[in-house]
Amino acid sequence: MIRFILGRLVKAVFILLAILVFNFLLIHAAPGDPAAVMAGEAGAADEKFLADLRTRFGLDQPLYVQLWIYLKGAVQLDLGFSFRQQMPVAELIGDRLPATLLLTGVAFVLSLVLGVIAGVAASARQGSWGDTIISTLALLFYATPLFWVALMAALVFSVWLGWLPGFGYSTIGAGYTGFAHALDVAKHLVLPATTLGLFFMAIYMRMTRASMLEVSRLDFVKTARAKGLKRSVIQRRHILRNALLPVITLAGLQAGQIFGGAILTETVFAWPGIGRLMFEAINQRDYNVILGVFYISAAMVLLFNLITDVVYVIIDPRIRLTG
Amino acid sequence: MKDFWKRFRYNRGAVIGLVILTIVVATAIAAPFVFPQSPWKMVQRPFLPPFTQDGLMLGTDALGRNVLSGLVHGAYVSLLVGLVSTIVALAIGVPVGACAGYFAGRTDDALMRFTEFFQTIPSFALAIVLLAIFQPSLTFVIIAIAIVSWPPVARLVRGEVLSLRTREFVEAATLSGLGNTQIILRHILPNALPPIIVLASLMVAQAILLESSLSFLGLGDPNIMSWGYMIGSARTVIRTAWWLSFLPGMAILLTVLALNLIGEGLNDALNPRLTRKSE
Repeated sequence: MIRFILGRLVKAVFILLAILVFNFLLIHAAPGDPAAVMAGEAGAADEKFLADLRTRFGLDQPLYVQLWIYLKGAVQLDLGFSFRQQMPVAELIGDRLPATLLLTGVAFVLSLVLGVIAGVAASARQGSWGDTIISTLALLFYATPLFWVALMAALVFSVWLGWLPGFGYSTIGAGYTGFAHALDVAKHLVLPATTLGLFFMAIYMRMTRASMLEVSRLDFVKTARAKGLKRSVIQRRHILRNALLPVITLAGLQAGQIFGGAILTETVFAWPGIGRLMFEAINQRDYNVILGVFYISAAMVLLFNLITDVVYVIIDPRIRLTG
Repeated sequence: MKDFWKRFRYNRGAVIGLVILTIVVATAIAAPFVFPQSPWKMVQRPFLPPFTQDGLMLGTDALGRNVLSGLVHGAYVSLLVGLVSTIVALAIGVPVGACAGYFAGRTDDALMRFTEFFQTIPSFALAIVLLAIFQPSLTFVIIAIAIVSWPPVARLVRGEVLSLRTREFVEAATLSGLGNTQIILRHILPNALPPIIVLASLMVAQAILLESSLSFLGLGDPNIMSWGYMIGSARTVIRTAWWLSFLPGMAILLTVLALNLIGEGLNDALNPRLTRKSE
């Protein structure tokens, strides 16, 4: 198990390095002076700051030396400086990351659990009314633009009905502490997490349903039925356990998508995470922040993939552990 | 062909999808004739609600622009971006997947590592990075979408080619002295076509969603009226004029839904054995 995880870690590190090289090349491929790119939109930075950047990144030296300086900094989590916000990018991201992890984590668990339950329910009675309703809803959610669902949910549940807050992370100036604060945050989390989760729930539901139907046709299920086992036991212990494997593979592949979705959801709900940070950075052409968020979200996705790999191994005992 | 149509028609959802898509395509084609004026032009006072003024069926937006005209012109942009970016993604993914599957060994390893790299990095964030650093023009939006959406194509084609290359007709082609390129182009790829067509129809839908998300964030071509842009610009006035966000969203929803339904219908009609859809 440890060797398996180590193997995956090495791979993840290589991918991260590749992304850093990619970022570096992008800065140099961008039109204009790389120092100006790093400083943000031209005009935001003064000449002294630009000159400072040039010496710091050795922009007068050959490209490979520059790449080395850039990589050395990035490995030490030096992601550059945001001239706009007057703060190191790593610090900006560090402040915002917990909110994003909370949002994406809750949305992911919610979508996976509800998606699998709905998929199992739909497959248990294929062709029934329940199946038709669940499948149709999944089809709709799968076709809906995420940011639009978020906007509409905010409009209906926050503006019109006033049931839930549709803005921010907690009530500003309320001064809640302890449990009251947690409850307040949870209330703010409901709309963003649900809207972010809907799209993915639809995917997991469809996958679970298809996978359940496929596994239930296999011979060992017939054997279990012939043995006279109860329907619910076969569903749970025989079919579901096998049908979950492709769903988990898919969930791992979708991790990056959830972070992408978080950029949109956080933008709509003013959720103070790295997605919102990226949106602000886009508007201000703050390239260091954009590249930093890109790098960190890739790192999060790799971490997430590692976790799903481990979960996969735990669920499926047939897997051999080789890197 | 007759058989194909029969099976496609059997899927009620697919037929509904085809009807919706036909309407959207017709709208897009008719756009310059029905609304020859630029959709950016101010025509009336702002915030005119729908169905209140003759000649302006869906009212005006925050800058007094004709909403219906925007929707109609947006249909053209959405379909164009969806279609062209999918073609570009196929142009990258098919050769990569075909080479990986056909030559196997080290070529396969190298190409698949490359594909995996692109599949692992968060695609939406990558598209944002590309468009934020280079100026977002329509061409670049299409290129960015293609860059983030080709990996599933490569994986699919690789799998198909891997299973086809050991078949007897490929051996026969090799024995008759055909070159690798000929074998791949004439004998293997035509047989791998059905699942590629299914995937492509779903990719057009995803590309439309992606384009609208990017324009919503302000990363679309600033000179082109698109559904995502309309929602993005109406976001701040959602409390007073919710329909300005609602209508373009419905347009996206219907178009994407139609494409997904068609994809499923194609899947049933073209390869009955393939029931599972992933990625």
